[in-house]
Amino acid sequence: MIEIKKLCKSFGELEVLKQIDQVINQGEVVVIIGPSGSGKSTLLRCINLLEKPTEGAIIFEGFNLTDPSVNIDLHRQRIGMVFQQFNLFPHKSVIENIILAPTKLLGLTKQQAMIEGEQLLKSVGLSDKKEAYPNQLSGGQKQRIAIARALAMKPDVMLFDEPTSALDPEMVGEVLEIMKELAIKGMTMVIVTHEMGFAREVADRVIFMDEGQIVEMGKPEAVFGAPVEARTKAFLSKVL
Amino acid sequence: MNFSFLPKYYKFFLSGTGYTLLLSALTVVFGLFGGLALALMKTSKNKVLKSIAVAYIEFIRGTPLLIQLYIVYYGISDLPMLAAGVIAMSVNSAAYIAEIIRAGIGAVDKGQMEAARSLGMPAFLTYKEIIIPQAMKNILPALGNEFIVLIKESAIVSVIGIHDLMYNTDTIRGITFIAFEPLVIAALVYFCLTFTLSKVMQKFERRMHVGD
Repeated sequence: MIEIKKLCKSFGELEVLKQIDQVINQGEVVVIIGPSGSGKSTLLRCINLLEKPTEGAIIFEGFNLTDPSVNIDLHRQRIGMVFQQFNLFPHKSVIENIILAPTKLLGLTKQQAMIEGEQLLKSVGLSDKKEAYPNQLSGGQKQRIAIARALAMKPDVMLFDEPTSALDPEMVGEVLEIMKELAIKGMTMVIVTHEMGFAREVADRVIFMDEGQIVEMGKPEAVFGAPVEARTKAFLSKVL
Repeated sequence: MNFSFLPKYYKFFLSGTGYTLLLSALTVVFGLFGGLALALMKTSKNKVLKSIAVAYIEFIRGTPLLIQLYIVYYGISDLPMLAAGVIAMSVNSAAYIAEIIRAGIGAVDKGQMEAARSLGMPAFLTYKEIIIPQAMKNILPALGNEFIVLIKESAIVSVIGIHDLMYNTDTIRGITFIAFEPLVIAALVYFCLTFTLSKVMQKFERRMHVGD
């Protein structure tokens, strides 16, 4: 579904990603872990071109997104993204946040979008917050709404950029729970996270990154249970 | 104090105020659109557009409005006075409004743009639905000030003969040989206009803060 080919990204002199090659398959849940500054968020943000790759290609459903003639907006509709800082639209109510893109981009009528939006709200357990504004919500609620907003576009894949890192500890669980349900429903997901327990439980594949490279990759049991590389061992010994 | 001129000449003040308001209102509209266009040009990635906007803003902010007014009035032949006034004022205020808008847009959290774009929203739609409405909260107070400045500065168009409040006040002073009191009336009228505007803007601002 997503093919990452020889991806390089530099910020000025600093090489953040060095020749990343990766394939993400339909229905797969891939969790990327690694120390901060390892390039994992940048890798994620290159997939939907929020960061423009310096070199290499991102092939999404057969289209090369790095080709300038490709309409990136159309493909971004198929790639949902959830951010560390939620980034809900503060001047719009919860339901407006959710229905904005479907009505403007998918041609849904307001009514249709509302019906679907309410279902999504129900699925993230926040039906009663429909008319609330983002500033009236807790962090965990905000992130669940952000997930619902991304899902409203019916994406083929969801990218999660440290979705629980800005949350108070007691709210991490509710967000991970929603993500787990999504994974069970078969959503293709690429997740950057520091939640190792979650990674172990939900991931089909774990990627350990350090210094802009993929150091180790495999089933969670393998990466967490029997890491091969020294850097992986060193990292895991600090976080587990 | 001698206000004996009022019964005979109050209509002069009224018509003058009318012109001042008309001029200011037109300038607000054109200045706002011009300022928005310049602000978007200045923040755009296109180097040509960006340089044009920067040069324009720097030049206009670095030269007196009076000279700009004369340049427009005498530089374009057969231009009606009122048009010259509106053009010169709009050209001038667009530069200031551009800076206000640019700063307001710059203050919107970068994540808002990313969230909208990641949903597949094109740049224009993102600005319209997400960035501009939020930037308005930052922009509105400064914009209110700019409009107030504009009403006051509009007095300068009297030098090219537009029958605005200032011009008519001078006319009354000339006809009646009363040098001082008409100025008091004019000052009061200007104050009423700007004070009302500032109250209206305050109300707007309060309404914008839904969801804060």
